[in-house]
Amino acid sequence: MSVITRAERGARTKLPPEEPLIPQRTRGTAGYWLYLLPGFVLLLVIVVIPLFFNIYLTFTKWRGVRTPEFIGLENWFKIFTDEDFWTSFTNSIWMVLAMVVIPTTIGLIVAALLFDVVGRKFGGKVGSFLRATYYLPQILPIAVAGIVIGWMFRPGATGSVNQMLAVFGIPAYDWLGQMPSALLVLMGVLVWVQIGYPVVVFMAALQRVDPELYEAAELDGANWYQRFTAITLSIIRPEVFVVTLTCTIAALKVFGPVYIITQGGPAGATLVPAYYAYTEFFTKRNIGYGATIATVLTVLVVIVSIIFIRVQNSMERKERAGL
Amino acid sequence: MAATAIVPAGKVRTPRARGGMTKKRASDWVLLVAVILGALVVMVPFYLILVNAFKSPIDYATSGPFALPQAIDFTGIQNFWVRVNFPEKVWNSIFISGTVAVLAVLISLLNAFAIGVGRVRGRSWIVLLFLMANLLPQEALLYPLYYMFKSVHLYDSVWSVIIVFTVIQAAFGTYLLASVLGTFPKEVLEAASIDGATRWQILWRVVFPITRPTLSVLLIFFFIWTWNEFLIPLTFLPSNANQTVPVAISVLTGDRLMDVTTTAGAALLSIIPTIIFFLIFQRTLTRGITAGAVK
Repeated sequence: MSVITRAERGARTKLPPEEPLIPQRTRGTAGYWLYLLPGFVLLLVIVVIPLFFNIYLTFTKWRGVRTPEFIGLENWFKIFTDEDFWTSFTNSIWMVLAMVVIPTTIGLIVAALLFDVVGRKFGGKVGSFLRATYYLPQILPIAVAGIVIGWMFRPGATGSVNQMLAVFGIPAYDWLGQMPSALLVLMGVLVWVQIGYPVVVFMAALQRVDPELYEAAELDGANWYQRFTAITLSIIRPEVFVVTLTCTIAALKVFGPVYIITQGGPAGATLVPAYYAYTEFFTKRNIGYGATIATVLTVLVVIVSIIFIRVQNSMERKERAGL
Repeated sequence: MAATAIVPAGKVRTPRARGGMTKKRASDWVLLVAVILGALVVMVPFYLILVNAFKSPIDYATSGPFALPQAIDFTGIQNFWVRVNFPEKVWNSIFISGTVAVLAVLISLLNAFAIGVGRVRGRSWIVLLFLMANLLPQEALLYPLYYMFKSVHLYDSVWSVIIVFTVIQAAFGTYLLASVLGTFPKEVLEAASIDGATRWQILWRVVFPITRPTLSVLLIFFFIWTWNEFLIPLTFLPSNANQTVPVAISVLTGDRLMDVTTTAGAALLSIIPTIIFFLIFQRTLTRGITAGAVK
């Protein structure tokens, strides 16, 4: 794991302040703050102030014009009885399944196959080519991915998927107009878009393994599954963790595919928090309530991020202790 | 897209070149076929884009989505090109993403210099602050920013989007570069200092040239991430003339009236810039992505 800063480590172990790397002719490091100034000012204006303004808005009723009207905790009480709110956060679990659990599992298997079987027996070129194929959806703008899938699943006889099914005598189906198929299509898109990321990261991680290790295991009679659990999984565990957490954060924030493919429909069944907040802001003009949803989402993302940072730090420490 | 963790890569070891392939067993062939089948499933939407983009609407109506076009026809592509004024959208996207990439790298470098080299007090908290700023859901900032930009007349200007993404991308860049510069060879900096270089000169004449490979990986990632962004451009750039490629295509298809060949043409055209970009920078990119978690 190299995505850790020395700074963070320093904070954990409470070391005395370190000297700057450039020897000091004048005392103090105050001059360095000047370098942080532009970054800080921008951060303050674009992130910090809006964030607090947004939290303030959760205590108000506001249609976007005139001044926000202070209503105390009303928005916060409303979320407990709002079915759409709970649907949207329940759907986040499905998004995590589609963007984290399934792609990571498939990614593990594909990466292991590409590295251990395809790369080793059929040549690295075949392996890299297939890896690129799996990665291709990742470079597609998510909006375009959504649109393409949207027309594949058009209702009626004109949809590509329905035409394909017609070959087998299956009647046309309104995929996006009913549950659970709308949610399943949405999840399918996310799996498709997401799959390349774990494949590429895991394959890179496997570069640390000497292929001879697999060969030795194979000569000893280990089958593919045994090699997978004994060698592959144990080696790329840190990468699995990184992929899981970064994708979990991305899954909680997902917006584009929902906006384009289902618009939260049918009847709000595929709402996700990001899209729900967006519609409260710009369609229904309940800015205070939209801000409340966004704030709940933010808290959730922050919790996941803190877990991420903490575990990463402790893994780093263990790694150093092991050295 | 997933938040891709990147790290300026050291060398990624390529698999050892082997003299001969190991003996292939029947089970190996089965597994190879399985992986290829999976890849084919992944490619289906791309196949549909490609074949339908070159069909005439009549051809599509008679032969369906899976058949190859009977004759190459540019109606769909042309429709989309003209209706959204495609060159204008590509230019908007390039201008926004390019400006963001350069500005964000610049700010990341300045921040990281103070944190990594200057070791300012409380730097672990500063790094954490920047990281959090990058991870926050954009919805938490969306309405306040919308309101702010409206009041300073930056709403519906590409600069609103440029400023927002410069900050968001630079936040990630700071997090990443700070750890890189934290391990910058001390001897080099000392030598420069003894030669009488000021901090500012050390930054530009020593640190900048040495970290350039890392900075270029960051630059490319910032460009692509900004190119693919959707929510913020959708919200802040309502008028046609300012839209980016992903927003333009979503607005056009949003009405569900557009015929399939035009949609396919639109999808094809909007992927092309990304694919060109991907091919040009493939090496740098794979290095960056793969380095995500590799030591």
